[in-house]
Amino acid sequence: MQREGSPWQGLGVVFLKETMDHLTSARMIVLELLVALAAVVTLSFATEQIKEVTAEDPFIFLRLFTTSRNQLPSFVVFLSFLVPLMAIGLAFDSVNGEHNRRTMSRILSQPIYRDALLFGKFLAGLVTLSIGLVALWLLVIGLGLIRLGVPPGGEEMARALVFLMVTIAYAGVWLALAMLFSIIFRSAATAALVTLGIWLVLTFIWPAMAPAIAVAILPSDPMTVFTGSQMLARLSPSTLFNEVVVSILNPEIGSVERLLFLSQTRGAVVGAPLPLGESLLIAWPQIVALIATTIALFVAGYVLFQRQEIRA
Amino acid sequence: MSEIVIDAQGLTKRYGQATVVDHVTFAVSSGEIFGVLGPNGAGKTTTLLMLLGLSEISDGQARVLGHDPMREPLAVKRRVGYLPDAVGFYDHLSASDNLHYTARLIGISAAERNRRVMTALDRVGLADHSEKRVGTFSRGMRQRLGLAEILMKDVRIAILDEPTSGLDPQATAELLEMIRALKRDGVSVLLSSHLLDRVQSVCDRVALFSTGRIALMGTVAELGREVLGGGFAVEVEAEGTGLAQKLAAVPGVGTVEETSPGRFRLVADRDVRPEAASAVVAAGGRLTRLSVEEASLETVYTRYFQQKAGQLGDTRHAA
Repeated sequence: MQREGSPWQGLGVVFLKETMDHLTSARMIVLELLVALAAVVTLSFATEQIKEVTAEDPFIFLRLFTTSRNQLPSFVVFLSFLVPLMAIGLAFDSVNGEHNRRTMSRILSQPIYRDALLFGKFLAGLVTLSIGLVALWLLVIGLGLIRLGVPPGGEEMARALVFLMVTIAYAGVWLALAMLFSIIFRSAATAALVTLGIWLVLTFIWPAMAPAIAVAILPSDPMTVFTGSQMLARLSPSTLFNEVVVSILNPEIGSVERLLFLSQTRGAVVGAPLPLGESLLIAWPQIVALIATTIALFVAGYVLFQRQEIRA
Repeated sequence: MSEIVIDAQGLTKRYGQATVVDHVTFAVSSGEIFGVLGPNGAGKTTTLLMLLGLSEISDGQARVLGHDPMREPLAVKRRVGYLPDAVGFYDHLSASDNLHYTARLIGISAAERNRRVMTALDRVGLADHSEKRVGTFSRGMRQRLGLAEILMKDVRIAILDEPTSGLDPQATAELLEMIRALKRDGVSVLLSSHLLDRVQSVCDRVALFSTGRIALMGTVAELGREVLGGGFAVEVEAEGTGLAQKLAAVPGVGTVEETSPGRFRLVADRDVRPEAASAVVAAGGRLTRLSVEEASLETVYTRYFQQKAGQLGDTRHAA
């Protein structure tokens, strides 16, 4: 039988309150300072490097994101570590925190469905992250304008925008994962540790293990092993994100990446930059996979939360 | 007064093999304070949660204000207030901000919100603390804030889970007075507790829960008669001679027992205090004390579970 009333009743109220909490929380301020610091430092080094080396680069602005120097990783690499940390930091106690504060049954005894609470919390986390990332993105563009003194071209801006969107989608994956564990585990510390553990494994260990596993389980044909290990590595959202970033921010993919995307870019001429549409096409499966993972994780959490006993 | 607001028929909750609430049937009339009493783990909270639609009903039926809590949870939750056991609030927000958040969830219009929040805080005596963070509140203040939330919601039924547990005697007395005030407003109250003596004073009727079933139900006096074997016990302290015989001759008195010199315990079928007093005076005795033992829930409760334990012991011996 159909439930009475709308599942969205109260969604806006929960969303506003949670966003307020996030934006004013000490946790968020610390994380944003960390990211801003990383941005300023990597950009300063990157602009130095760019001024020294490049004379005529059609994509000089995109180099801001990807240039590294003196063992200091590029801004993109920093971001690929800090975004999951921010997302996990926002969501690891979102549901079990309500249980532990003993506010869950009081809130759910108001005329709203659980849907509104969970969806409101997720949206609030995503919007908070988006606000932070957009601010950061503007900071990077602004710093780049000041330091380089060159206005970015239309395609560069478009690529930078796509990069921003993909970063938000990537944040969504970790936000949904952290939220799922905050539903499963009653202790916030356990949820945080498990989520961080999974992040470590998927980001650092899995990409390194994937080739070894491929060699072990696949026939010794080198091409099969190569595609196999690639497919295995793509089980990690970090790999997906890195692949998207490479194809979006490097229009003329270098030799290694060219090899990586060999199957998709058969017609491309080595050295000539790909148009944005082509780059997007290459990255499209990865982008879809990131969004799909977010949705799948959220749905898993949703189903568990609906069935959860709310008494402490 | 006779309209039934909560009607539970054979309410059952199972977790896998374990039956936590086992075919519980009761009804609460409008304007009544109904107490759900029993030891911890007897299924009280689960019963309350099922009535609110916050826990799935495995078997049986519930009607709250004519609505099915499983199918129409919003209709039920709009008109029922719930105060959970050891209620929690957002510690970093002030008392009034916490209530404003709930008010928005309930859907109270912006124009009315502020007035209703302040009136509710005022009624529970927290008006002076409305801007303080709830993190600084004591247990008693949190419970009162929880009641304020119910007052603000303007409900027809208030469901209170262990409202007085963990409170000091004064805070308990204040809270019980507020519960009585709810009743005066025409709100039906369903409250659960394992603290009996205090709760006894506010409940019109009680249901005694034991391992998921209702063991006894009725007014406190009814339960007393049922469990304690009936009759009024009148205690007389008096000085004089031959008082025992005189007291035994009073109409209605069953037995007279001289528990200690000058102290008599009469068991009668009604309150015989006036007759006993005049009997003592007529015999030339000096009456120093006269009291009637009322059935206390505490004694009913302990006696009932003693009897049950005794029966269990017997059956074990027999086996």
